[in-house]
This record gives sequence, C-alpha cells and structure tokens, in this order.
Amino acid sequence: MNINAADKGPLIDANRWRRYQITFTTLFSKEVTRFSRIWIQTILPSAITTTLYFVIFGRLIGDRIGPMEGLAYIDFIVPGLVLMAVITNAYSNVVSSFYSSKFSRYIEELLVSPAPNWVILAGYVAGGVARGLLVGIVVLIVAAFFTSFSIHNIGVTFLILLLTAILFSLGGFINAIYANSFDDISIVPTFVLAPLTYLGGVFYSIELLPQPWQTLSLANPILYMINAFRYGLLGVSDIPLGFAFLIIAIFIAALGYYSLSLLRRGIGIKQ
Amino acid sequence: MPALSVHQLSKTYANGLQALNAVDLQVEAGDFFALLGPNGAGKSTLIGIVTSLVRKSGGRVEVFGHDLDREPEAVRANIGVVPQEFNFNLFLPAIEVVLNQAGYFGVPRKEARSRAEMLLRKLDLWDRRETEMRRLSGGMKRRLMIARALVHRPRLVILDEPTAGVDIEIRRTMWGFMREINAEGTTIILTTHYLEEAESLCRNIAIIDHGRIQSRTDIATLLSELDTETFVLNLKGRVCQLPSLGGFVLEHIDESTLEVQISREHTINGLFEALSRNGIEVLSLRNKQNRLEKLFLDRVEAGRGATP
Repeated sequence: MNINAADKGPLIDANRWRRYQITFTTLFSKEVTRFSRIWIQTILPSAITTTLYFVIFGRLIGDRIGPMEGLAYIDFIVPGLVLMAVITNAYSNVVSSFYSSKFSRYIEELLVSPAPNWVILAGYVAGGVARGLLVGIVVLIVAAFFTSFSIHNIGVTFLILLLTAILFSLGGFINAIYANSFDDISIVPTFVLAPLTYLGGVFYSIELLPQPWQTLSLANPILYMINAFRYGLLGVSDIPLGFAFLIIAIFIAALGYYSLSLLRRGIGIKQ
Repeated sequence: MPALSVHQLSKTYANGLQALNAVDLQVEAGDFFALLGPNGAGKSTLIGIVTSLVRKSGGRVEVFGHDLDREPEAVRANIGVVPQEFNFNLFLPAIEVVLNQAGYFGVPRKEARSRAEMLLRKLDLWDRRETEMRRLSGGMKRRLMIARALVHRPRLVILDEPTAGVDIEIRRTMWGFMREINAEGTTIILTTHYLEEAESLCRNIAIIDHGRIQSRTDIATLLSELDTETFVLNLKGRVCQLPSLGGFVLEHIDESTLEVQISREHTINGLFEALSRNGIEVLSLRNKQNRLEKLFLDRVEAGRGATP
C-alpha cells in the first residue's frame, strides 16, 4: 500500500470551494465537540445563573418593582438575560479556544495548512455562535418556567440572537489574538463586557435614566442589541429597530475586517 | 523542478536578531536532504518561513514552483511538517489529531479515515488511536506527528529533529519509514543533531550557521574530503610497547586499546597487515568519531573563523 501519493500531488485548486467547506466543517465540529464535551462548564452555568436571576430579580424583587414599559418586570428582563448569556458564551468560547490553541501551539496545525484566513475565522466564529445560540435557547427554556412570554417576532428574535453571537465571537477572537496569558482573556469580559451588558438595559429601560446618562447609554452597542431583541420577544423597544440592526452590522463589519487584518499580518500568532 | 527553492532569504526578529542572512538554497524533488547546523544557526527559522509559521523579512521561497507570496495555499498544500516541539491538543484522542489535520487540508472525512488508519498502522499507533495525546509516550507522540504530517499526502516533508529523545529501536523504525516514503517519491528535508542519522539517510546536505549556508554538497563528496579517519582498536592481548607502523599513527588508550589515524592514502587492509606482522591481533574496530560529525565541526569552525 502506498504511504503517500506524491505522483498525484495534494488536493489543491481543482476543488477549492469543496476544500474550504471541509476545512470549515472540521473546525466547526471540533469547536462544537469541545464545548459539548465539557457541557458542565460551558452550558450548565448559564442555566443556573439565569434561574437565580429569575428567582431573585424576577420573583422576589420584581414584584416590588412593578411593571416596566407596560410589562411585568420578570417578563421585561427575559430578553436581557438571554442576550447576556449569548454574549458571554459566544465571546468566551472563541477567546478560550483560540487562546488555548496559541498557548499549546496547536494553532500551528492550522497555520501550516492551506486554509485561508477567512475560513479559519469563520470556523472559530461559527463555534462561538453555536455555543451562544445553544445557551440562548437553554436560557429561553428556563425563562419559560418563570414567565409567560410569547415570541412577538420570531424573525427579529432569531436574527438578533445570531448577529449578537457573531459580533461577540469576533470580539473574543480579537481578544485571543492579543492575549499573552490566560489572565488576558478574562480582563475584557470582566472589565468591559460585564459593565456594558449590565448598563445596556438588561434590568431597566433607559427612559428611567436622567440626563446625561440616558444619552451616554446610546453609545453602548449592547443597548441596541438588547432593545432589538426585546422587540423581537416582547414587542417593546427604546431604540428604533432599523437603527439597532445598522449599529450591529457596522460593528460586525468592523470587527470582522480587523480580525482578518490581524490574521493576515500574523499578529500574535507568527513571529 | 526543485522541491524547494530559496533565494536571498532573510529574517530579522523584532528584537534585532538576524536569524537568516540572504540564504540561497535549492533542494531537488525526490531528494533526502539534511539541513544541519548548531543550535541557533537558523534552521528552525528557515523551516518556519517555508512552512508559513514565521514571516520573512526579505527574499523569495518557492515550493514546486509555487511562490510563497503569490500562491501561499499551493505552497502549504504541498508541505508536511514534523516540528521539533510537540504542538497538538493534548486532550484529543490520537486519531482526532490526524483527522483534524486532514480536514484542515481539505481531505474528505471518509478518505481521511482510511489514510489515518493506514498511517497509524504503519507507525504502530493503531491500537492507541483512541488514547488522549497526553497519555502517549514521547516516542508515540513523535510518530503521531509524522502520521499527522503525511495524512494530506504532501510532496515535500520537513522533519525538524523527528527522532529527538526517541530510543534507538523506535528511531530505527522511523528511519525505515522515512526511507520508504522517500523511495515512493516524497522529498524529505531533515534536520537532526544525530549526524549518523543524516549520514545514513540523506544524499545531500547543507550546513547552516549564523544565518548563512556554510556548505552545500552531497554526502559522498563531503565524506571524501576527510583527510584522515581515526579508529579505535580493541586488542586480543596486551601491547606495552607501540610498534612503529609506517603511515599509521598509533596511540595507546590503554594496554588493550589503541587509537590509530589512517590517512586517505592508506587502507585498513594495510593497517591489519602491519599489525599482523607485529603480532598484534584485533578483536574489534570502530570509528572514534562519526565521519560527518568531524566534517560538520570543521565546517562550522571554518565558517566562524571567516565570519567577521
């Protein structure tokens, strides 16, 4: 049996798109297998945290807060909690997976392969999106036990979930590229993502804020995602829907372009 | 068409270290080529650039006629690399590592499975295919990296210290395997610190030091440049007084062991005749130093003397 097929040559160009598809599928299934194997660390925590949020903020405190934008408080916080879980999981999946591959140097397996940068990026982002969406669905199921919400617009709901997961997967990728230690991959989630999420209207409507905080809040991109998602789920929003989509699209385009530029220049991965 | 063609390749790292200085190198298709050099000579940088792991500062790299700058995908598709250090996910089963690599190169899963099985069987790893990488021995990890490098059927395989830290039995198995894939047409570039490995396997050689190619020739020509060879003789009896043997320089190591230098004009037959005439019987004979090792050290020394 022939060990190699030097006479035939490797698979190049003859079926370029098929090759890209195989590479993407390999990366994507590797990522899904990775977070599925450790589901206790990747899927379960969000379900537990969200349950606690619903019990404490929804049931115990929420009844004393009263309705918000015409909705029961426990219903009002559902979109924010779902999106918070999606943001955290999409981001942390990519940042931890890509940084681990850098740290243990098995990123070299990809760098020596003919996979183009955009396929590498797409593979990692798709992994982050898969985990983000899966956790989002789990949190929605948890929410169904505590609330009586019905989905107002399924198209908007799904699209916002998807775009948010893509955006924060890209954010996680950029963080991983620049990270030089495991400490570096927790700085952004702790000091940037968490404050922006909590201040993005998860637990309140920005109409409650006095000026200038109400205007300043408009600079927070997460506000647009939460409000658009709230529209999809509940039919209410502080922000015009079209504007929210535009903001998200601009951020995705900017982070995507920047990620590809980092890969092309080999920043953080090539000497 | 050469398998690898490197022109005026230079690399200066961010810290100012010039690892490669206008390197020119050509490796013919089908060759088994040794790239030798002391630590820090520039071997790994050269391999890193060719395999797209290191960015070059200047110069040109072509693999089977494909330019690294213009056709990077074609270049990478033609190369399989076994790096010096382990670089895999330690928590994955061995077969997953090979299958993932095949996937990155665009090999369909079904085909990848059949190739992985064949390679793992060849390299005595099939029974350990479901074992996590971290639980494999050092020798098994080395062999797994060879399987991983070959699964996409590259035309050029670069082996960077593939037998480092591997016991002699496994090393010989790996040598046999490398010879086999070379005989089937795969070009191999080998870097190693075991010079007997290079002498035994390779046909051509380049010695690199201080980021420059000091010497590039075929092994036979290089070995023919040896002026003298030194052998160690284990004697049957004891010899207290050294006889004078014309043309051979004898030295005592102890009373039953001699060291003898033979110049190119003389033969071992002549040595044995002279020893027999003096009543000295020889039990065994070995090279004091690997022949290539001596030449390698001479070249590196000469290169350093010439380097300003």
